[in-house]
Amino acid sequence: MPVTSEKIMQRLLLAVAFSALSALLLIAVFIISQGLPFIFRYGFREFLFSSQWNPQAGKFGIFPMVVSTLWVTLGAMAIGAPLGVAGAVFLTEFVPRTVMRIIKPSIELLAGIPSVVYGFIGVMVLAPLIRDHLGGPGLSLLAGSIILGIMILPTIISISIDSIMAVPKSYREGSLALGATVWQTVRMVTLPAARSGIAASIILAMGRAVGETMAVIMVTGNSVKIPGSALEPVRTLTANIALEMGYATGMHRQALFATGVVLFVVIMILNFSASYVMRQRKARR
Amino acid sequence: MKKKALYLLFSVALVFSAGCGKNKQSITLAGSTAFQPFAEKLAEQYMTSNPGATITVQGGGSAVGIQSALSGAAQIGMADLVNLPPEAKDLSATVVARDGIAVVINPANKVNNLTTGQIRDIFNGKIKNWKEAGGADKTITVVSREAGSGTRTSFEEIITGIELVGEALIQESNGTIRETVANDAGAIGYLSHGLLNEKIKAVQIDGQDCTTECIMTQKYLLVRPIFLLTKAQPGAEVQRMIDYILSPEGQQTIQQNGLITAK
Amino acid sequence: MKLDPKNTQRAAVAVLGSATLLTLTALIFIIVFVLEKGLPVLNWSFLTGAPQDMGRAGGIFPAIAGSVALTVLAVLLAAPLGVGTAVYLTEYTRESRLTAIIRFGADCLAGIPSIIFGLFGFILFVTILKMGWSLLAGGLTLALMILPTIIRTTEEAIKAVPLSYREVSYSLGATRWQTVYKVILPNALPGILTGVMLGVGRSLGETAAVIFTAGSSLRMPASIFDSVRTMAVHFYLLAREGISAENAYGTAAALIIAVLSVNLLAYWMMNRMVAKRT
Repeated sequence: MPVTSEKIMQRLLLAVAFSALSALLLIAVFIISQGLPFIFRYGFREFLFSSQWNPQAGKFGIFPMVVSTLWVTLGAMAIGAPLGVAGAVFLTEFVPRTVMRIIKPSIELLAGIPSVVYGFIGVMVLAPLIRDHLGGPGLSLLAGSIILGIMILPTIISISIDSIMAVPKSYREGSLALGATVWQTVRMVTLPAARSGIAASIILAMGRAVGETMAVIMVTGNSVKIPGSALEPVRTLTANIALEMGYATGMHRQALFATGVVLFVVIMILNFSASYVMRQRKARR
Repeated sequence: MKKKALYLLFSVALVFSAGCGKNKQSITLAGSTAFQPFAEKLAEQYMTSNPGATITVQGGGSAVGIQSALSGAAQIGMADLVNLPPEAKDLSATVVARDGIAVVINPANKVNNLTTGQIRDIFNGKIKNWKEAGGADKTITVVSREAGSGTRTSFEEIITGIELVGEALIQESNGTIRETVANDAGAIGYLSHGLLNEKIKAVQIDGQDCTTECIMTQKYLLVRPIFLLTKAQPGAEVQRMIDYILSPEGQQTIQQNGLITAK
Repeated sequence: MKLDPKNTQRAAVAVLGSATLLTLTALIFIIVFVLEKGLPVLNWSFLTGAPQDMGRAGGIFPAIAGSVALTVLAVLLAAPLGVGTAVYLTEYTRESRLTAIIRFGADCLAGIPSIIFGLFGFILFVTILKMGWSLLAGGLTLALMILPTIIRTTEEAIKAVPLSYREVSYSLGATRWQTVYKVILPNALPGILTGVMLGVGRSLGETAAVIFTAGSSLRMPASIFDSVRTMAVHFYLLAREGISAENAYGTAAALIIAVLSVNLLAYWMMNRMVAKRT
């Protein structure tokens, strides 16, 4: 009897173990089956590289959204990556460990602030500041980049700290013993050794920035237009889906799923790169 | 093992109890975000006088209203379009209210009157500064709704000839348009007349105020009907809900909250 | 001035320090801003009262109930799957291509944007399986979202159980499942709960996926086929539609306090686990 139940348990667990993978495949299959036929029917190039998005007139070009997503994400990385990595270095190398042990979890806690709250503060505080001091409507590419840049800070800091901490102590001691200052040690020894972990944190943060929806809808203004400056409003891929899904029927709805396919592909590429970078790190150890 | 079995039992019980709950009389309204707040209000009142009934109100937009009435996802679809699309021809449509679309600007803006032509030029991006429309020297921020919105479709059908300017901010509901216009001194947008408040200012169109009187007397141009859509033979409970909305009490609620009665 | 190593060091400390300070300021500002405006609104009757006039007045009880119900359902669905996956990966198999694929699947699932989950849940659960906008559809969607977190944290927790425990159990003649059930899972429980709590935190704050699958009906749910409005969705609608700024801030404050306490609890349990191990 125990032997049979043992076998059943093993089978059951094996089946369960595939849950996450099957969920991923199921999602992929659904999004792709709803969106891909449209891309083929409408024309891949026309869909991806045309700037005409006018669902009422049967025009579905998502090029402005692709460009905008790229800009917003790059902007967010330009703000979040230096701040985050600098913070991680400062907290691991220049601050007593006890202080770091308090600040790191506090920053991770902040990762739990719901994105709608970030978005709301973007609308109430950031957009008026931009409008009054820099011009434009305030709801803009810049506002989106700043809010996303702040949102991804916890991800970057937390993973970067982990990978900097994982650099063996002996590396640092060797460098310091040779008379290098702490900063020289960081620049020449610690950072290069923690490189791939930091890179992975940035790629993961990028995935989060590309995929963020609610905060972005609230602060970017959602115009369908290739931005001419950082002060102009833009619409990202995620915003395009969330804004129009409620109204979409027929072709329009398929076009939104097709937008989802593009988003999905971008995210999977980022996931693959992050996992590749991480594997490299493990291989080197 | 015991814990696991208990757990399983619990989940099963949950599913079954849920199944039972479904037998209770419940009606879902879905669709137009412009009518959604009024539907919620009406549902609140209806449920107080009919304790047995449960009314659920969902937004989603006019297209969702039509789709969900067709598919049965909602017993009543709400749509606020000037012209119902062809796929709605199998549904029975009842006009329960009329709604003016107000063109709104920030209260700090001194402009009080716009012609239909000026509105068209502003939304097309031909007029880019308020000084070209009788106001101060300030860049215009055009705020519109997303493609497919009932309010946008009606607005563009009545004003005619609109090719929305690329820079236009797009907001996903009447409320967000109101907030955006209230926060930006150079903004212009449009929204349901019932949602006007002190944070924004409605302009006259061709010299006509956007007031209940002007809408009733058909002097004001931007008016669209609000339809409730049901299957051709709605159930008794659904019919009772619609009758309630058309009753003097329901119509009074509609009027008190800023919409225009059906008749 | 020549940039000798000492001066560079000073400059580096100054730059890095101010970057850290800026980061902390931005994040703390957000919490303080919301709490400052929201806490005055928060009181017992706001938390337990029914909303009136679409949330313009009254309390937020149905939204709290919606958040709790949806989160509990998501955790009930995800926890057995997540813990099972972790047990299989750590106790029932060796590292192989298969485990690498399973882990990669979980990692990718964790990276999928919530709007994609929303689209998927809307098509499969709401439309094809005819669940409508409901607790069930929302709970299933959220369960998939939090599954990777639970798998990863549980795996770490199980790996932390000392090998000697297993050896003792096996030497006493226990089978593998008996060992898992009687020895490993109880010892890994704090870690598992940490994963669950992190999942709870994520569910509470989620908006995009929830609005497409659980809907936004502001009523007390009577069954899992009813639509609910969570606190996050309620806040979004109140704030965005300009219904009531006051109640929006109150809801946001309640939401932030809930999410932060859940996460804090998770960290506390994780620390206890680490402390016990060393």
